[in-house]
Formats: sequence, structure tokens, C-alpha cells
Amino acid sequence: MSKLDKAALGEPDSTAPSVPDDVFLSVRDLRIHFDTDDGLVKSVDGVSFDVRKGKTLGIVGESGSGKSVTSLGVMGLHRSARAKVSGEVWLDGQELIGADPDVVRRLRGRKMAMIFQDPLSAMHPYYSVGHQIVEAYRVHHDVSKKAAKQRAIEMLDRVGIPEPAKRVDGYPHEFSGGMRQRAMIAMSLVNNPELLIADEPTTALDVTVQAQILDLIRDLQKEFGSAVIMITHDLGVVAEMADDLLVMYGGRCVERGPAEDVFSEPRHPYTWGLLGSMPRLDREETDRLIPIKGAPPSLINLPSGCAFHPRCPYADIPKDNVTRTVRPELTEVGGSHWAACHMTQEQRERIWTEEIAPKL
Amino acid sequence: MSDDKTVSTPDTSGSTLTQGTTSDGEVLLKVTGLQKHFPIRKGLLQRQTGAVRAVDGIDFEVRKGETLGVVGESGCGKSTMGRLITRLLEPTGGQVEFEGQDITHLKTGELRPMRRDVQMIFQDPYSSLNPRHTIGTIVGAPFRLQGVNPEGGVKKEVQRLLSVVGLNPEHYNRYPHEFSGGQRQRIGIARALALNPKLVVADEPVSALDVSIQAQVVNLLDDLQEELGLTYVIIAHDLSVVRHVSDRIAVMYLGKIVELADRDKLYKSPMHPYSKALLSAVPIPDPKRRGVKSERILLKGDVPSPIAPPSGCRFHTRCWKATEICKTTEPPLKELRAGQQVACHHPENFEDQQPQDTKLLSSAKEIVSEPVEK
Repeated sequence: MSKLDKAALGEPDSTAPSVPDDVFLSVRDLRIHFDTDDGLVKSVDGVSFDVRKGKTLGIVGESGSGKSVTSLGVMGLHRSARAKVSGEVWLDGQELIGADPDVVRRLRGRKMAMIFQDPLSAMHPYYSVGHQIVEAYRVHHDVSKKAAKQRAIEMLDRVGIPEPAKRVDGYPHEFSGGMRQRAMIAMSLVNNPELLIADEPTTALDVTVQAQILDLIRDLQKEFGSAVIMITHDLGVVAEMADDLLVMYGGRCVERGPAEDVFSEPRHPYTWGLLGSMPRLDREETDRLIPIKGAPPSLINLPSGCAFHPRCPYADIPKDNVTRTVRPELTEVGGSHWAACHMTQEQRERIWTEEIAPKL
Repeated sequence: MSDDKTVSTPDTSGSTLTQGTTSDGEVLLKVTGLQKHFPIRKGLLQRQTGAVRAVDGIDFEVRKGETLGVVGESGCGKSTMGRLITRLLEPTGGQVEFEGQDITHLKTGELRPMRRDVQMIFQDPYSSLNPRHTIGTIVGAPFRLQGVNPEGGVKKEVQRLLSVVGLNPEHYNRYPHEFSGGQRQRIGIARALALNPKLVVADEPVSALDVSIQAQVVNLLDDLQEELGLTYVIIAHDLSVVRHVSDRIAVMYLGKIVELADRDKLYKSPMHPYSKALLSAVPIPDPKRRGVKSERILLKGDVPSPIAPPSGCRFHTRCWKATEICKTTEPPLKELRAGQQVACHHPENFEDQQPQDTKLLSSAKEIVSEPVEK
């Protein structure tokens, strides 16, 4: 971990929103860079957000936009030798980036827990599912194996695994995809974490199972009042789960705000692009999708100015070539709704209502 | 892709004749009672102890110029079906007819002429391209294998193909690792188009791609179909993508087709309970609909094992409408409405096929009419 930049919590930089009291997790100007042979990879480059208890933050973006790296950064799962992490992560009043790794380790799994995308590779194939849940529990609780196993059975039951007393001795390969994901949710919830980070929790699953799992996460959140970060590339999943939304592109946040606002009045061309790329079941059939041209950028040589400009159809609207030279900062475009774009509010509003929205 | 002239008039067994279809409804591929059982062998003597019934008796046909979408959960046999109709696998039973010729049990050599007409696009653009070959070699391979000498030489033709799929022809000498996922998928498409095929079977062509790239590839497939008059069978699990690309859609469950219908009919009023559950499970990208969602059907549990599929209707273990008859009698795939074939005793949006049998087997239905408190 790099040195802690002890900026006072009350004085966030201009791009960061002010921190209200009920914020459980507050990330300030998080930067995670990796030094590689090809150059410095700026996976996350100045991301700030807050999550409140009982609320869900959705992080969307394409592969390589830095969404998973952000979540691993919050969990303190980057090796200090490889990654350069800076910025601040405040969890329940405690700063984590500059904290002793041992302190973070004690919080990890207990106060904050994670659900990974692929449960088959996230679980150890050699140990039974029950063994792994027991281990996760006993790390943080001084209880007997027997009591811990009882707790594991209870959790498996809670996440809807049939015959939990029998399945607890089963191995990951004996579980189906959906069951494995349930077992992993049981494992991450065994210590009643107050922050749950779900990294593409349903991407590997069928829609019917996805619906079950999302429902389960929602129920458990209601029951335990945890804060949830949901990382996904599926806007449908986010729309269903998230209270707030963070759209990432090239390691930075391009738009952030309450989910309803971001969906009904998106204010960044990239968000428009995402919405236009997606065939939707709730709309009449359209003839053509409106894709974003080009491909996601390399994080080593991020385009100058606005990272999205090579793919943005509106890059020439702002004057003086500013999109290619100056990086746009997040500006507030409505009640706690922020976007980073050089176009003026009016221009964006006009383009959205006249050109984009009717085609969606 | 949006011609809706394709209306079938199949008889009850599902093995269809194409009277009543318009001239462009000529049957290109016809599948009857197709089966593929993978044997499970055990013990010293490798005696067969069972079989995975991946595809277990399906009938359908694909007409010229149309796109047939195939959806279903993982393990329902949709990929195996794709490999059977391209004859990458040999069927255990049933018949596959391509342009009237029975290709079910042809040998490798005999298949070669047909390979020109039937091509496949694979799911994973990373493993379906040989990392040690250049793009030129990969896309040019079909010409070499078929002994075809295109006008102007192979290189020129390959470069033309690359530009058709939206790649730079100058990338002829590059290797697959130099390309992004979306570009690789385009290379796969270029290779599939090399010999001017009649039928292209695409197995999850866009599921490994990012949303923005996915839209590019979907549009590309769309354009190519229009320009080259291709016929597609597109296998996918994403119901919104399938709706976008298909004219007709087959819904598979445990090796069987449970519903085969025109796109709009299926999405507006699905008749098989499974189709309905599947459609209701798709998350809608609109947070405002969260509170007002009509109903979502949550299926309990997982798909049963294809080694020992449930008796009768295979869906009865998870179906909320299942009655005694569902346990004992397998419902045939019947055309209940024009352009909509369904295999169900108690279809949705239609009169009950077995009204006398009302004793419900299960209480599997769990409707979430959720106003999520915020």
C-alpha cells in the first residue's frame, strides 16, 4: 500500500461530492496504477463515490474500464509490490488505504465481503463447501468447529440450498452453477458483513437462475441492511438493483447519479452509447442497434483530453478542439447527478431529447 | 431480417411439410426426430451404463433467408444441436436433411461438398482462431481445404472478406493476439463467409463481447444477411439479442423443443410456461419499472440432469401448472396457433389441452410482484 494521503475527509477535491453523515463507504480520488513492461497501466484514475447503508451502488462499464479493479482496491486485495494505490477509502469512519494490512485483513470478510463472478474458480476445489464456509467463519469468530458448521448449515439454508445438512459436505464441483453461486453468497455473508461487493455475480448464470440470485441478494440486503456495490456490464441488472449508478470509462467515472436519473436523463455520450447498444425487451423491436464505434481504449495510452473522444459522435461540438486536449471534470448536472463532458448542459439536453431518446 | 412472411403449417407430429408458405419459404434444412446421446462408460470394460441425452428428439426446419433463434438455459442441448446440424457431431438418431439431401450419417469425405454450404461461427473468438496462424491463413483456409481458387487469387479474396466484415485488409499478416475480442469475432465471421455458404450456424456469436461491440457484431450479421441472402441459425442465451436477430425462435429445455414460434408471437404471448418464465426473468433496463413490475415467475431449483430426465413433460418438476398427466404423458409439439408450436398440456394464453386434469402437482410458482421499498 502506498503512503496515506491524509487529506481531511471534510475537504474532498472539487470532483468529489460532499460526504453526508450516513455514508458507510466513501471512496475519494482512488487511483490504482500497475507498472508493467509495456508501461504504466492506469486501471483506476481518480474515482470517488459513496455508498450508504441499505443502499446499492451499481458500477457499470465495459471490460477494462476499471470496475473490478476499483472493487478489489476497496477490499485491499491489491499487492503493494505490484499496484500503486492512492486516494482514500473510508469504511465506517476508518481509512483503509493507509491502514496496516493486518487491520484491513481483520475487516475483510467480516465488515466487508465479496461475491466473485466465477464461483468455480473462486472456491477451492479440494475442500468441501462447508469446510470453506467454516474457515471463513472461524477466522473472525472464536467458536468450535461444530458450532461453525452449524452456522454454515444455517447460512446454506438461508440462501436456499436444499438439504443444507447434507450439501454442506459436498464439494464445489458437485454443485450446479446457481447453487455454487448461492454457496459463495452464503460464504460471504456468514459474518454478516455490512458492505457487500458483488463483482458480476450473475454473469455466468442463466436468466432464470440470475433472477433467483438477484432476488436473494435483495432479500438479504433488506434483512441485514448492508450496503451493496454491484459491478456488472448488464444495464438490466443494474436497473433492477441499484439506487445509485456509476458509469466508468477508461478508469474514470464519466457519469454518476441516482439510477433513475441516469437512466431517464443520461448526460454523457458514453451512457447514451451503452443504452443504444442494447437490444431491449421492453421496447418495440428496432431495426438496428446503435453501437458505439471503435473499441474500448488501452489503459496505457489513454486518448488525450476526454478518453471517449475517438468514439464520441459529438466530439467536435465543443469549440477549440477542447475534447482532444483537456480532460473534462465531473460537473453537477442535476440533484447529485454528475457527468464529465465538455458539451454544455443545453447541448446535451437537446441531443438527448431530440436525437438519442426517440431512437431507444 | 424482419420479414414475417414465414408461416408454417406443420402437422401434429411436428415433421413439417411446407405447403402454404411463400416462395421464399423454401426449406433449406430439415431436422426430424434428431437425437444425440453421449454414452457414459464405467468400469474396466468400459461398459455403457447410461447416456447423457443432450438432444432427445427434436423437429424443426429452417427456411431460406430466415433466421432461426435457439434459446434455452445452459445444458439444454442447444449447442449440441448446432453441432449436429453442421455435422460436427454424428446424430444418434433422427435425420438431418440439407437441401433435400440426407446428411445424417455421411462420412467425412462425403460431407466435404456440403461443408462449403454450411459454416459455423463460434462463441469464443479466443479459442476458435489458431494463435500460430496469421489472419490471412485463417481466413484463407477454407479455400485451401476445398480446393477453390477464387478470382484474383486467395489473398485478394481474403482481403475483400476482411473489408466486408469491417476489418482493415492490410491486417492480412497479423496474428490473432493482435486483435481485440470484437475484431476476432469479425475474423471468425470472415472465415465463415469465405466460401459463400448458404447456412451459417452461429453458436453464441456475441456473448463473449462487450455491449457496445456486441451491437456492432449484431448489426454486421444483419447487414451480411441482407447483402448475401444468408440463412442463420443463431444459438444464444440472451433473449433480447435473440429477439433482435431472429424471425422465428425455438425454445429448448432438456434436449427438447418446447416452443417454436414466430418472434413477435413468442415475445408477446408465450404459450409454454417455460418460455413465459424465461422471458419474465430478463431484467429490464428501466429503474422506473421496478415498482410496477407485473409479475416475475421465479422458477425453483435447477434444470434436471439430462442423464435421467423427468418422465412425461420434462418441465413438470419446475412447472407451476403441472398436473398428473404432465408426469405421465409427454406433450407433443403441436401448432396451437398459426406460427406457434407448443409442447404443453396446459399452455399459457390459450385454452387448456387437458382441462379434465386439474389436480396440481406442485406449488412451484413464486410470483414476485415487488414494489421494492427504497
